[in-house]
Amino acid sequence: MPAALLGRKIGMTRYYTEDGRNIPVTVIEAGPCPVTQVKQAERDGYSAIQIGFDPVKPRRSTMPIIGHDGKAGTGPLRHHREVRFEDAKDVENYELGQSLDVSVFEGVKFVDIAGTSKGKGFQGVMKRHNFAGLEASHGVERKHRSAGSIGGHATNLGTGPKVKKGKRMAGHMGDERVTVRSLDVISVDPERNLLLVKGPVPGANGGLVYIREAKRLNRSKTQRAKAG
Amino acid sequence: MNATEIIESVVGSQLKPESDYPSFSIGDTLNIHVRIVEGDKERIQVYQGVLISQRGRGINRSITVRRIVANEGVERVFPLHSPRIAKIEIVRRGDARRAKLYFLRDRVGKSRRLRDQRRGLQHVSETSAKASVAEAQDD
Repeated sequence: MPAALLGRKIGMTRYYTEDGRNIPVTVIEAGPCPVTQVKQAERDGYSAIQIGFDPVKPRRSTMPIIGHDGKAGTGPLRHHREVRFEDAKDVENYELGQSLDVSVFEGVKFVDIAGTSKGKGFQGVMKRHNFAGLEASHGVERKHRSAGSIGGHATNLGTGPKVKKGKRMAGHMGDERVTVRSLDVISVDPERNLLLVKGPVPGANGGLVYIREAKRLNRSKTQRAKAG
Repeated sequence: MNATEIIESVVGSQLKPESDYPSFSIGDTLNIHVRIVEGDKERIQVYQGVLISQRGRGINRSITVRRIVANEGVERVFPLHSPRIAKIEIVRRGDARRAKLYFLRDRVGKSRRLRDQRRGLQHVSETSAKASVAEAQDD
């Protein structure tokens, strides 16, 4: 059963373990998320549940959303996301209107978190793609932060007059979906719907984040997960 | 609850009470008792130096303490709410006129020392005493 929730990034602080280690943590308000729709393989072609988050006033919502969330017995919600299931049987554990809260992550060691990164505007190649830029001297004039050659005769086929597709250049940076994988869960607080994870999380404070149980772990984290 | 209140409620249980430490101020010479864990054993090490900087609020509060070891300046930053800090004692109260004593980094030899706050106060009371004596003589 994949545990997943929607939440709101609150901010960062520090957390001391009992032996005095100082851990940087991000505080996330996760859930409660009502199940607003259950998708079944025979009817919809795939198995999934749709979860909602963040109640809004009906007058700020739309009639379709009010109706849709009304079927689940809740008021209108601001955000909806689907959680897909590999195994069709898993869907049977969920029913319309059931409320999921942060306790689904109890006992979970690592989570993946997806959010929308902070927008950086139009940025040059040095900031956007970590290019080295050109030299400070040796005849370089007014081009110290530029990318250099974009590849005279490089096409997708090997040669030709055009620039290769996907060539990294200056442009808009940030404000895109970013997933950070396998963050340590430091604590789960179902009373206040709070989840504390180690390290930073994409996006600004107050931003929407999607939290799920970690899909893949590296070797050392797999060992730690097994050690219990 | 807004975001700040939520964060404060999360770290609230980790904050040490005000009464854990004496009220020190910039320029004081402090003894910091630091817990050091070596394997299973725990011992306490004392670090003595001059408090040259304080920063942060709440759980982020930290102090910088400077001392001279083997003729080399050493500065350590202690997060005040860390469980590794067992105790803080005031050894000497220094008289400082600014919030950050970074100028001590450039000082060498005797000028490295700060005036003692008590002597400073004594100095003030002496002058006022002399003034009152002078006034009395004038009469």
